[in-house]
Parts: sequence; structure tokens; C-alpha cells
Amino acid sequence: MTPPVPAIELRGISKSFGPVRANRDISLSVAPGTIHGIIGENGAGKSTLMSILYGFYRADAGEIFIGGTPADIPDSQAAIAAGIGMVFQHFKLVETFTVLENVVLGAEDGARLRPSLARARASLQALADEYELHVKPDALIQDIGVGMQQRVEILKALYREAGILILDEPTGVLTPAEADQLFRILDRLRNEGKTIILITHKLREIMEITDTVSVMRRGEMTATLPTAETDPAQLAELMVGRKVLLRVDKTPATPGKAALEAEGLSVIDGQGVERLRGIDLTLRAGEILGLAGVAGNGQSELLEVLGGMRDATGRLRVNGRDLALTGRAADGQARRAAGIAHVPEDRQREGLIMQFQAWENMIFGYHHDPALRRGPLMQNAAIARDAGVAMQEYDVRPPDARLAARNFSGGNQQKIVLAREMRRDPEILLVGQPTRGVDIGAIEFIHSQIVRLRDAGKAILLVSVELDEIMSLSDRIAVIFDGRIMGERLPGETDEGELGLLMAGIEGTPDKPAWQAVEDAQFAQAEAVEKSHG
Amino acid sequence: MDRLPRWADIVLIPLVSLVLAAVLSALVILAIGEDPVAAVQLMITGALGSTYGWGYTLYYATNFIFTGLAVSVAFHARMFNIGGEGQAMLGGLGVALVCLHLPLPHWSLALIAATAGAALFGALWALVPGWLQARRGSHIVITTIMFNFIAAALLNYLLVNLMRPVGAMDPATPKFPTATHLPTLHDLLAPLGIAFSKGAPANVSLLVGLLACVLVWLLIWRTRLGYEIRALGHSETGARYAGIGPARTIVITMVISGALAGGMAINNVMGEAERLVMNATEGAGFIGIAVALMGRNHPFGVLLAAILFGFLFQGGAELALWTDIPRELIVVIQALVILFTGALDNMVRRPLAMVFAALRKGREA
Repeated sequence: MTPPVPAIELRGISKSFGPVRANRDISLSVAPGTIHGIIGENGAGKSTLMSILYGFYRADAGEIFIGGTPADIPDSQAAIAAGIGMVFQHFKLVETFTVLENVVLGAEDGARLRPSLARARASLQALADEYELHVKPDALIQDIGVGMQQRVEILKALYREAGILILDEPTGVLTPAEADQLFRILDRLRNEGKTIILITHKLREIMEITDTVSVMRRGEMTATLPTAETDPAQLAELMVGRKVLLRVDKTPATPGKAALEAEGLSVIDGQGVERLRGIDLTLRAGEILGLAGVAGNGQSELLEVLGGMRDATGRLRVNGRDLALTGRAADGQARRAAGIAHVPEDRQREGLIMQFQAWENMIFGYHHDPALRRGPLMQNAAIARDAGVAMQEYDVRPPDARLAARNFSGGNQQKIVLAREMRRDPEILLVGQPTRGVDIGAIEFIHSQIVRLRDAGKAILLVSVELDEIMSLSDRIAVIFDGRIMGERLPGETDEGELGLLMAGIEGTPDKPAWQAVEDAQFAQAEAVEKSHG
Repeated sequence: MDRLPRWADIVLIPLVSLVLAAVLSALVILAIGEDPVAAVQLMITGALGSTYGWGYTLYYATNFIFTGLAVSVAFHARMFNIGGEGQAMLGGLGVALVCLHLPLPHWSLALIAATAGAALFGALWALVPGWLQARRGSHIVITTIMFNFIAAALLNYLLVNLMRPVGAMDPATPKFPTATHLPTLHDLLAPLGIAFSKGAPANVSLLVGLLACVLVWLLIWRTRLGYEIRALGHSETGARYAGIGPARTIVITMVISGALAGGMAINNVMGEAERLVMNATEGAGFIGIAVALMGRNHPFGVLLAAILFGFLFQGGAELALWTDIPRELIVVIQALVILFTGALDNMVRRPLAMVFAALRKGREA
């Protein structure tokens, strides 16, 4: 039996950006009706490769074949015409349009909209039945959750009759149950003969859903394997180029006295929306408290309040002493003085000044320290020397204190922030998304540093949207949903299913499958919003 | 986007921009039937060919140093202070009040007092837009522009109705007392045995301007406040993370910026006119924007750019005096320089970046 003609075949694709060779002589063949995973660290070249396939970039060299015939893809219009659909990590939807209008946008039949919309409504219904892609056609995008928004993106591609679907990190914004729901849909699409390319950095997803997996490292395709014949450890090694410890090595915690106590913390934002609705949390010395939740449920606001970036009401005590929650007495300086260090969620916008050199960033937030000055003048040379030492200690590469922050990779940027926040021996450490956009090799190091600080008796609040990270690093887990703490669990006594339901705001065990409960909740939410619009 | 080497960013780009502006200016001069080569020669001899010319060039440059520094300090916090003109006008008011109403026995004391007065009034004039930006979110560009008009109207009122000597037809203050007369470069250089033109207006304020360059450099790169100003300019969320109050820092930055712009008045009002007249600033506040842009907001760059614009001002005046090239064309030439060095930065930058990328590739191959 001859193998079927590949749905997509790439031969010798190369692409450089200036001196950076993002893709080097990449060849890839994807069989029709399969799910092909592409895995690799940040900057390995996955997104560049897919951008070439979707017509955003032109390859410097190489050929593309779609269904066995050579294809020239100068722009995304050509990609769509060739039957390729793409679901981006950040959705490309018009927030103020309805689901139906978004599906039709750019694929209208003519100048008159009404017939197009009617036709779209019919085919949307057909697609929904065929692939179990349930959406509310007349809801506004801004009113529906991310899970449903993602289904709209998939429907957009299918409406344009895509036979090949590329998904770029599709689960980054989803709860575990929503991710399960997505995988059910992908499975269904595969069974109906669609070809799917799944780009991810999560090994678990590759193992769960793909038929074949390709590993990229530093712009090269290092291996392509049938998923059934590999395992996470082997894939991790192929990605990083050395053996990687996937589990966090830590002993049981010995929690001490309460270091930080929050009572009824509430935040109302500029638009009058309640972001935190009375948060009660106790953080003990010598433990890591993991705060799980889907992005946008108030965890960012909580970190901002604790870190002194945002005013709040309620009560906050550190080692029994009350801290201000508004005004200058509650700013970042005051928090640092109270012994709270803060590794923020967004290191590029908050934790670092990207244009500043590493040594300048190494005192960011601590620049008031009189030891850094003689008279009115900052001791720049001494600060830079000390920063160089810190960078050696925290394995920042390259350890060049005169390099601007933007010239470091994501993992090394994070190490600069960690070095700054950890070296001053804080009583309490707030850590937001410590490994977002960080490669596997650096993750190992960052996790071990966090555990080391815990073992030194410090209190650590870990906020992460990666449930794996919460599960493996925390000594205690709290789940946040819609500005409230839904509950607390111990890592040994819970599982991803239970946490996932809490993250979706569902308490207790429902008598239906989790994905169904989540989908019902999504529809209920959309309907509630619709009603409130009148 | 490929990055340029540092030297190309600082030296090559302004130079290429200048050459482009010069070429275009030459074409315009050709188009009206004059000889561009002769025009350039005239500008150079007029502005740089004698100590008299230098005296004027440096006098103008001193004005631009102050207003250029004012714009750059604000820009480090990403505040676009367009109000240098109004702040310099108010600085003039401060100088006039000090010189006319304080008993000052010697020019050195007068200079210190007048500098303080000029800086204070300029700072107050920038404080209001700064405060409005920080607390009310009123855009600094809009408010500082509006404050230029208010400043002009205010000075108009004060000079016509309150400060004009009785019986005088001219809307200006009386002449300042002779004790407040600032030494010119001629007075300063004579003891050193260096002959300098007696008639040129460049004066001791130039040294104050140079001192201001050094102080601004120290402020921005060597003090905690400068660190905070730069951090805020790059990222406001970052500043909040680090406990740098954005509102507080904006107000402080604008006060410093306004004080610098106001400081210009010791040169034009005290050093040259020796009384406060209407429209004493002659647009120097706006030239400061171009000077800061061209000088890359670095005090040393500002100094060089200020001297260049001083040359253009003085050379342009000579052209208008000795040729049929109309005064307006001088403004066109100045505008072209501003356009190329300030606004059209990317037009030069991108091709240059491509050239450098190609060179790099060639080396690697």
C-alpha cells in the first residue's frame, strides 16, 4: 500500500531575520486526517514556520506542497484559498460584533449583508451539528467567554472551507475542562477527515491528542515521531537538548506562623467592575500557596494589591502589622519596606524596563536604598559590578550587566527579576506566572529557586495559569474565580478535574461530564449577559 | 528591525539628515534664481567668520540650550513639553521683576537672583499643565500649547497696562539698573588677552547654559530622580510596580523642564535686551523642540544642535541682510532642517539600517 498523499508537505524551508536564523532547512510532512503536533521551546521557530505556511512571511528558501501540488502562499488570502485555516493564540475577533458577523467578516457574498448572514446562519447550524461546535450566533464576542470565542475562530476557518487547521497554543487561555472540550472537537474534526496542526509547548497535550509529533529546537526540526512510540521525557530531552527533570524535587513543607493575612480585599476598577469581591487568604511562613485560576478572574488584581500597584478596600496584615491599602503608604516602596518582594506576572511591562541595562534593572524598585548612593549621586559602577555577581549566581546568560533587558531571552529576563527579588532576602515573595514564556531548561532552575526560598522559611504566594505548575509546586492550593476564592485544597487530595471545575466556578461534583458542565456554564453566562443588556 | 551601531545612531543619522536638508535648501535657492554656493559661503562667514558672527551664533545657541534641555528633560518622562515658549516668556517676567525691584549691588548677585526668578516663574508656568496631566489626564501637548497663548496674552496685558513706564509708547519695561548688566564674552575674554567683538550679545549666560547641560546630564543619568524619570518614560506600569508615583514624577519633571525653559530669560532678557519687551522669546521655545529631537535628548547632543541652530539663525539673518533671498526663505531652510533631523528620522534610519545589515551579511559570508 502506498502512503496517502500528504495534506501538507514542506521541503527545505529556511527563513532568517537579519542575523537570526529562525527556520533552518525544515522539512515536514503531515498525513491527511491526522493531528500533527509541533512542540518546541519559545523561540524554537514554531510560529515562524506556521506564519510562512499562512502567508505572513515568505520563506527565503524551500517549497510548500498542499495535497501534493506545489503552492505559492504570498499572503493569508492565498492560504485561505488553499484551504488552510489558522486559529491564533490571540484571537482575531471584533469584540463589538456578534458571533455570526465575525464568521462572515471578510467572506461576505456581496455588498448586501443580509443574504450573507442568512446563509452563514444556516451553515453555522450545520457545522455546529456536524462537529459539536456549539456557539450562540447572536451573542456579542465581548459577552462570551474565551472557550466559546475559540470555537468561533474554528468556525470561521471551517466556514471558509478549510481542510487544514493550524492551532497556535490553543489551550493557553483555557481551563482544563475547556481544553478537554477543545480536544473533543479536534478529535471529531479528525474523524471527519480534517487535518490539524497543533502547536504547543505542553507535553501533556501532545501525548493526549496527536498522532504524530515533530520537535523543533533552535530553528531546526530535530525529530518527527509517532506519538505512540514516544514519551514526555524523551520529547523534553529532544526539545532542550539535554535530560530534564520534569517533576519538582521538594520535601513536605513545615508551615510556620501566618506571614500575610488578607481579609475581605475588594477592588473596583475604573469601569466600575468589581475585580475582587472580598478575598480572604492566609499565607504562612515556609509554605508555597498556589493560586489557581483562569486568567482574568482577579488573580492579577490581587497581586497588584499585595504588591502595592493598586488601591483596595479590606484589611491586610503582614506579621501581625496592618498595612495601608490606599495612597502612597500602599505603594511598591512601602510594600518592599514591609518585606514583600514581587515577581510580577508581566515581566516585560512591569518587572523590567526593557530599554534599561541589566544592572539598572537589578535595582528596579529598590533604587531608593541609600547604600546605592554617595551624596545625591548613584554609584553606577558599583551597582553594575554587584549586578554582574548576581547574574552569575542566578545563571543569567549572558552575564553581561551592560546589556539591555530586551536583548535577553524570556527565561533570562525572568532570572534577572528573580535575582533582584530573591537576593534581598524578603519575608514574603509574590510570584506571578514565573515560567510564562520561559524555556524548559530555565523552568527547572526557577522552580528550584522558589523551593529553596520556601525551605529558608519564607512565605510564597504563587499565581499561575499553568495548573501543572500549581499542582507540582504548591503546598496548598486556593482557586480563584470571578474575584472570589472558590475553595482551598491540598495537592495530594485533589486532582485536575476537581480544580478545573472550581476554576470554572462550579462547586461540588455535577452529575454530568465536566466538559458538559463547563459548556452549560458558558451558555448560562452568555445568556445572563444578554439579559442584563435588556 | 535591525539595529544600528551606536555611533551611526548618534553621528551618522543627524549628519545624513542635515545633508539632505542642505541639498533640498540648495534646490529651493536655485529655484528662486540665487546661487546656493554663494549663499552657504555668506552664511558661514556671517555666522562663523568673525567673533562678531560667533557672538551672535552663541547668543542664539544659549537660548536654544535652555529650551532644548527643557524639552529633553520632559521627554525622558515621555512628556512632550511644547510650552517652552510660554515658560520662557514667564521666565522673562521673573527676570524683570527681580532686576527692577530687588536692590542688587553686583551683576553676579543679580545673575543668581535673576536665574532663580526665571526658573521659578518658568517652573510655575509648567507646573499647571503638569498637574493637569498627572491628576486629570489632560494631555500635556494640548495644555502646554494653550499655555503659550495665555502667557503671551498675560505679558501683553502686564507690559501695556502695568509695567510700562508712564508716558512711554513702547509696551516694554524700563531699562534694568546698570548694576544688573551682565558681562558679555568681550568683557569675560578681555582679561585673558583674547579679543572678542564688543557688539555681539553673547554673554555670561552661555556659561550658565553649559553648567545646565552638565547638571541635566547628572540629573538624568546619575541621580535617583533621573532614574525614576527615565523608568516612568519607558513604562508607566513598570513605574507603578517599582513604587514610582507616576503623578508625582510627572509634576516634578515638568517643574524642572519649565525651570530650564524659564532660565533662557537670563540670556535674552537680562543679557541682551536689558528690559522685558513683547515677544522677547522669538520662537526659541519651539526651536528647542527641534534641538532636543536632533540632540537625541542628550545634553551634549542638545549643545551641538543648539550651536547648529544658532548658526542657522545668525547665518539666515546675514542672508536676508546681504542678498535678495527673502527672510521667509531662511525660515524655509530652518524648517527643512527641523523636518529632516526631527520628524523624518525613520526615512534616513531605515535605508541606513538596511545598508548596515547588508554590510554585516557581507562580512559573515
